[in-house]
Amino acid sequence: MRVESEAQLAEAVRDAGGALAVRGGGTRPVGRCLGEPLEVGISGITLYEPGALTLVVGAGTSLAEVEAAIAAEGQRLPFEPANWGPVLGVEGVSTVGGVVAANVSGPRRVQAGACRDSLIGVRFVDGRGQVVKNGGRVMKNVTGYDLVKLMAGSWGTLGVMSEVAFKLLPAAPAQATVVIDLPAGAAPVALAAALGSPFDVSGAGWVPGVGAVVRVEGLSESVSYRAGELRKLLEQFGPVRVEEEGSAAIWASLRDLEPFIDKPGDLWRFSVKPSEASEIVARLGGEVLLDWGGGLIWALLPEGSEARALAAPYSGHATCMRGSAGVTFEPEPAPIATLTTALRAQFDPRGILNPGRMG
Amino acid sequence: MEMPKPNDDLLARKPQIIARLREVLPADAVIDDPNETRAYECDALSAYRCQPLGVVLPRSTAEVAAALKACHEMGVPVVPRGAGTSLAGGSMPQADSVVLGLARMNSVLETDYANRFIRVEAGRTNLSVTGAVESDGWFYAPDPSSQLACAISGNIAMNSGGAHCLKYGVTTNNLLGVTLVTMEGEVVEIGGPYLDAGGLDLLGLICGSEGQLGVVTEATLKILPKPEGARPVLIGFNSNEVAGACVADIIKAGILPVAIEFMDRPCIVATEAFCHAGYPDCEALLIVECEGSAAEIDEQIGMIRQIAGRHEPVEFREAQSADEAARIWLGRKSAFGAMGQINDYMCLDGTIPVSELPFVLRRIGELSKDYGLDVANVFHAGDGNMHPLILYNANKPGDQELCEKLGAEILKLCVEAGGCLTGEHGVGIEKRDLMDVQFEPADLEAQMRVKDVFDPKWLLNPAKVFPLGASASRRVT
Repeated sequence: MRVESEAQLAEAVRDAGGALAVRGGGTRPVGRCLGEPLEVGISGITLYEPGALTLVVGAGTSLAEVEAAIAAEGQRLPFEPANWGPVLGVEGVSTVGGVVAANVSGPRRVQAGACRDSLIGVRFVDGRGQVVKNGGRVMKNVTGYDLVKLMAGSWGTLGVMSEVAFKLLPAAPAQATVVIDLPAGAAPVALAAALGSPFDVSGAGWVPGVGAVVRVEGLSESVSYRAGELRKLLEQFGPVRVEEEGSAAIWASLRDLEPFIDKPGDLWRFSVKPSEASEIVARLGGEVLLDWGGGLIWALLPEGSEARALAAPYSGHATCMRGSAGVTFEPEPAPIATLTTALRAQFDPRGILNPGRMG
Repeated sequence: MEMPKPNDDLLARKPQIIARLREVLPADAVIDDPNETRAYECDALSAYRCQPLGVVLPRSTAEVAAALKACHEMGVPVVPRGAGTSLAGGSMPQADSVVLGLARMNSVLETDYANRFIRVEAGRTNLSVTGAVESDGWFYAPDPSSQLACAISGNIAMNSGGAHCLKYGVTTNNLLGVTLVTMEGEVVEIGGPYLDAGGLDLLGLICGSEGQLGVVTEATLKILPKPEGARPVLIGFNSNEVAGACVADIIKAGILPVAIEFMDRPCIVATEAFCHAGYPDCEALLIVECEGSAAEIDEQIGMIRQIAGRHEPVEFREAQSADEAARIWLGRKSAFGAMGQINDYMCLDGTIPVSELPFVLRRIGELSKDYGLDVANVFHAGDGNMHPLILYNANKPGDQELCEKLGAEILKLCVEAGGCLTGEHGVGIEKRDLMDVQFEPADLEAQMRVKDVFDPKWLLNPAKVFPLGASASRRVT
């Protein structure tokens, strides 16, 4: 079933006789998707004020449409959302509601925060079929509890979003990437040095065939200056060069996991303490991509790898994004599970919204 | 402000309640002498006061858990308190409650530059978090005006902001993890020294929940390397509207200063009389701060000068030295003190879409005339977070009530303009009964269901945030 208005959505949830598999464009088939498909097609930009850096948009609007509209005003979504469709092997058009439901955040997270940090308002339909709003269209808002954050990354399990609001950032006119020729295991230390510098780094990762990469963005003179300073700072770690023309392509490749597209194996995502990334990478073996200064490890491992167990001695959590693992999301410690189970019962008492999706 | 009628049974059981708390806590962690508890009868919303049954001052997470467990068993409401600087009455006690103060929990537990975080006990003051890392070239970004005094626990409870959040975000954007003690005395670790915690975003839910879901005893905070330098410019204008238009143009041009502060004439006049910062004689002024290397700042200020030039400023003053920079900030930083010297004032905190600034400022001027109370405006213009200061005389009968009525009108105006009741101070008791201006009953019900999960008996800070009528069926007192 496809719904194209909030009223239709509320009716569909109210009248549902069983589980609903809530989806936007279907480009993030992570975790179990059980039940009757419910596709959110509530589309269109409700409000866009470039002078206030704010955007309100139907949850079913395509990410591409949103990005084109704001790019025309020289602005962008701060958190650099990825397109996981190709690497997950699915066709489809990514929607903003889907981006929010999965809290998809790209390389710029180290500087500009995650999707949830740019999300300033939501409207959603809870499991009772009741429309709820939270947050709004202003950047600073502490009125009542922050259900906006709770909805981000809830994978459609607490409510089905009908509308989302973001704060935006001006797009940077220039960027450059400092590339250090290093193996993955040696990258986190160099990336930490870059992120600990005053040069406002907007990306810090490691890409196979390229090396450790550090991005700066902004006004052009400022970019040249900071790239130069970082180059001097990072020389101690290995051979360094500055990439200007090829910079954007490096980050698009890391963001969308291009090196892993069409390759067999299980795809894992680890959120870890950056300083522990080197040891975890060594334990995992396999091919990796690093983002967020090493705090995010993407690993392509042989099918059936016990990846979560390999990373278990370290802090953080693992998600099986594509593959054969029975448990997609990291099991929650008991005190957390008690709270989340009770929250789900409050928002979705019938347990019909993407049941079991988050484990 | 109305508070619920205290529970007579709890008032009568005060000796037993205090005795029980003394059993589970060290002797000096429980105070009940009214002369000593008087210090806790109000926070920075000092027009409202109430003596609690007693105050507990634990030194560890285990002691916090013991105190909460005991109160939970006895059915006693608990009001958590950081440093007591809430402008919204967030830590104002009720007569049948125990205040749980975190002031003794102020240690730094761990500093980790490689992973860019600091872990502190939550009673530590905001400024002393930066103080712990400053000499190594780092800082903690959220900077509420009260940062010298306010505690991290209160910052987390209210999701506090500050002047520099246009670039760095507010507390929730700089919080990586917390140790939370629930009302039942369970200790829960949420998040940690990595960027996301997996599962539902409980951390985002805790931050800004005004001490109603649990007591945060420890916090892992993101720290940032200090920028190479920062420099403010001051721009004076002949009208509020033009100043507002200049703000929108700066943002649209793709410059993102770390702060854009706005002051109107009543505020300029008062601060000049107070601290002689040498501000120009004009209707409105902006202070815009840029960060980076000297050359980067020059580049940004050059662009701002061009944009401002199109709005015919009466003055464009660029700081040429640290001393001049300090003078530009002096008036802004003294604004609240200056207003306090000439009168009692009530500080509002609504946020509006930046595009509505001229309209809202004009309408506030009209309301001010209607009510016969002066209003000065000083606020964070880049993000639309306004702080109208209503001047009144607390000793004049009826003036405070009149001031509160005007305050409510202004906050309703903020909501009508597309904004919200509070941008960074929180709801507390102050805006509690205005919540239904902004929210439908179903919106509030969804929020109250969250409290049902964390605090099923509604014992933690129960009479705050939600209109008393809306929460009545859930509250014991």
